[in-house]
Amino acid sequence: MAKKITNAVTYVFLALWGVVVLFPFYWMILTSVKGYGAYTSEVTPSFFTLSPTLDNYREAFTAVPLAKYFLNTLIFTVVTTALMLAVIIFAAFAFSRLEFRGRDAVFTLFLALMMIPNELVVITNFVTVTNAGLRNTFAGLILPSVTSVFYIYLLKENFAQIPDELYRAAKVDGTSDLKYLFKVMVPICRPTVVTVTILKVIECWNSYVWPRLITDDPDLYLVSNGIQEIRQNGFGRENVPAMMAAVVAISVPLVILFLIFRRQIMAGVSRGGTKG
Amino acid sequence: MKIKRFKGWLYLLPALAFIGVFLVYPLVDVVIYSAEEGYNFATQQSTGTGLGNFSFVLRDPYFLSALKNTFVLVIITVPVSTGLALLISLGLSSIKKLRELFQTVYFLPYVTNTLAVGLVFMILFKKTPYSEGLVNALIKIFGAPSVDFIDGPWAAKMFVLCFYTVWVVLPFKILVLTSALASVKKEYYDAAALDGTPRGRIFRKITLPMISPMLFYLVITGFIGAFKAYSDAVALFGTDLNAAGMNTIVGYVYDMLYGDSGGYPSYASAAAIILFVIVLTITCVNLYVSRRRVFYD
Repeated sequence: MAKKITNAVTYVFLALWGVVVLFPFYWMILTSVKGYGAYTSEVTPSFFTLSPTLDNYREAFTAVPLAKYFLNTLIFTVVTTALMLAVIIFAAFAFSRLEFRGRDAVFTLFLALMMIPNELVVITNFVTVTNAGLRNTFAGLILPSVTSVFYIYLLKENFAQIPDELYRAAKVDGTSDLKYLFKVMVPICRPTVVTVTILKVIECWNSYVWPRLITDDPDLYLVSNGIQEIRQNGFGRENVPAMMAAVVAISVPLVILFLIFRRQIMAGVSRGGTKG
Repeated sequence: MKIKRFKGWLYLLPALAFIGVFLVYPLVDVVIYSAEEGYNFATQQSTGTGLGNFSFVLRDPYFLSALKNTFVLVIITVPVSTGLALLISLGLSSIKKLRELFQTVYFLPYVTNTLAVGLVFMILFKKTPYSEGLVNALIKIFGAPSVDFIDGPWAAKMFVLCFYTVWVVLPFKILVLTSALASVKKEYYDAAALDGTPRGRIFRKITLPMISPMLFYLVITGFIGAFKAYSDAVALFGTDLNAAGMNTIVGYVYDMLYGDSGGYPSYASAAAIILFVIVLTITCVNLYVSRRRVFYD
C-alpha cells in the first residue's frame, strides 16, 4: 500500500515537471494561431482558441525577412559544421594514428585549452575580425566558430580504439593514409562523427553572441539575432501572435532533428554536451 | 621517417591554424589589452601600462551590479537545479511505464533556441496595460496582487531569470544523473533489501556515494555555466541589460566591447579576466571539497 502511494506521488511529480517543460511550447503554438484582434481583446489570456488562423505565419514571413534569417542560419550552420568536421578529422587522425615528435606535447596543450572560456578570447577575435574587414561577412561569422578542441579530443579517443592491425594490413595492401582515414576510420567511428555533427548543428543554430558582435547588417542576421530584432522593432511592437509564429518557425527544425536522432543526441550530450 | 614526421604536422595544420589564430593568440592578447590604460580603439594607442583598467572596472557601478546579479543567480540556480534534477532522476529511475516518454519530454529545452523560447517566457510573465499575462492571472486567482515580472521590481525580475535558467539547464543535469543512477550496481540494492535496510538509509549509504562523482561534476559545470549567464537575460529583458538593471558579468564584457556603450576592449578584457579568476577560484574550491567528500570507485 505504502509503495502504491509512493508510486502515485512519483508519477504526479514527474507529470507536473512535464507540464512545466511543455507548457511554453503549448503556449507559443496556441498564441501563434490566435488572431491578432482576438489576442489583444483578451485581458485574461485564454487557454484555447476556437478560431485558429494561420495569418500570423504569413505575417511572420512577409513583414520581417524571416526566410532570409533562416537561409543565413542554414548557410552558417552547414559551412561551419563541414569545416569543423574536416579540421577535427584530420587532427584526430594525426593524434591517434601518426607518429611524430612533439605530438604528445601538442595534445597536452590542446587539452589545457579546453578549459579556456569563450568570453576570454571573444574580445580579441572581435578586434581581429574587425581589423581584417570581415565584419558583416559570412567569413567573419564562420571562421572563429570552427575551432572545437573538445571534439578533436572526443574523436581522437574513438580513433585510438581502432586496432593497429587494420592500419598495417592496409599499408601492406598499399592503401594511402588519406584513403585509410576516409574508407576505414571514419566509417568505423561513424556514431561519434554523427554525434559531433549534431551537437555542432545545435550549437550553430542557437548561436547568438558572436553573430551579434560581428553583424549589424540585418541582411546577415541569424535566427537568434532575427528574433531579437523582431522583439525590439518587428511587427509594430505588440503583435505577439506574429512574434510567436516566428518563434514556432525557429523552434521546429531543431525539435524535428531531435525527434529523429533522439538516441544519438542524448548519448552525445551525456558524453560531451554542456549547456548551463 | 622524415616524410612521416612532416605528414603528422600537415594533418594537424588546419587545426593548429584555427586554434592559433582564434584561441591561443587571443589568450595572450587579452592580457595585454587589460594592461593598456586609456586604449583608444580608433587610434589604437594607449596612454600607459598598469592595473588602471581593473580598478576602473571594480569601481564601475554597472560592473558591481552585474557582479551582484551574477552571484545571486549562481547561488540560487546551482543548488535548485541540481536538487531538482536529482529528485526527477530518482523519480525516473523508480518507474518503468512512460519512462522513455518523460525522458524525451524533459530533454526538449536542450534543443530549443534560448532567445526564441525566452520570448515565450517573457510573454507569460509580462504585464501590459491591456493584458495582465498568464502568470499574473494565476496569481490573482490566489488573491495576491499582480507584479510585472519583466519591467517591475528587481526581485521579480530575478525570479523570472532564475526560473528560466533552471528550465534551460535541467535537461543536461537530468540526463547525466539518470545515467549515473542506472550505472549503480544492482547487487548493492539486492544486498540492502536482504538486510531490510530502510529506503532513506539506502539512499544515503549506497545511492548518494555511488553517484557523487557525477553530482560533483554537475555542480562544477553548473557553477561555470551560471557564472557565464548572458543570453537568457537578453531573451527576457532585451539587449539593454544595464537599463533593466539585470546585467551579468558576461553582459558587461560585451557591452564594453560593442554597442552603444562599447568601444572599450581594455575594460572588457579586464572584466573578462576578473570573471575567469572568479570561476577558476570557485572550481578549485569545488575540486578541493570534492576530493574529501566524493567517493571514487
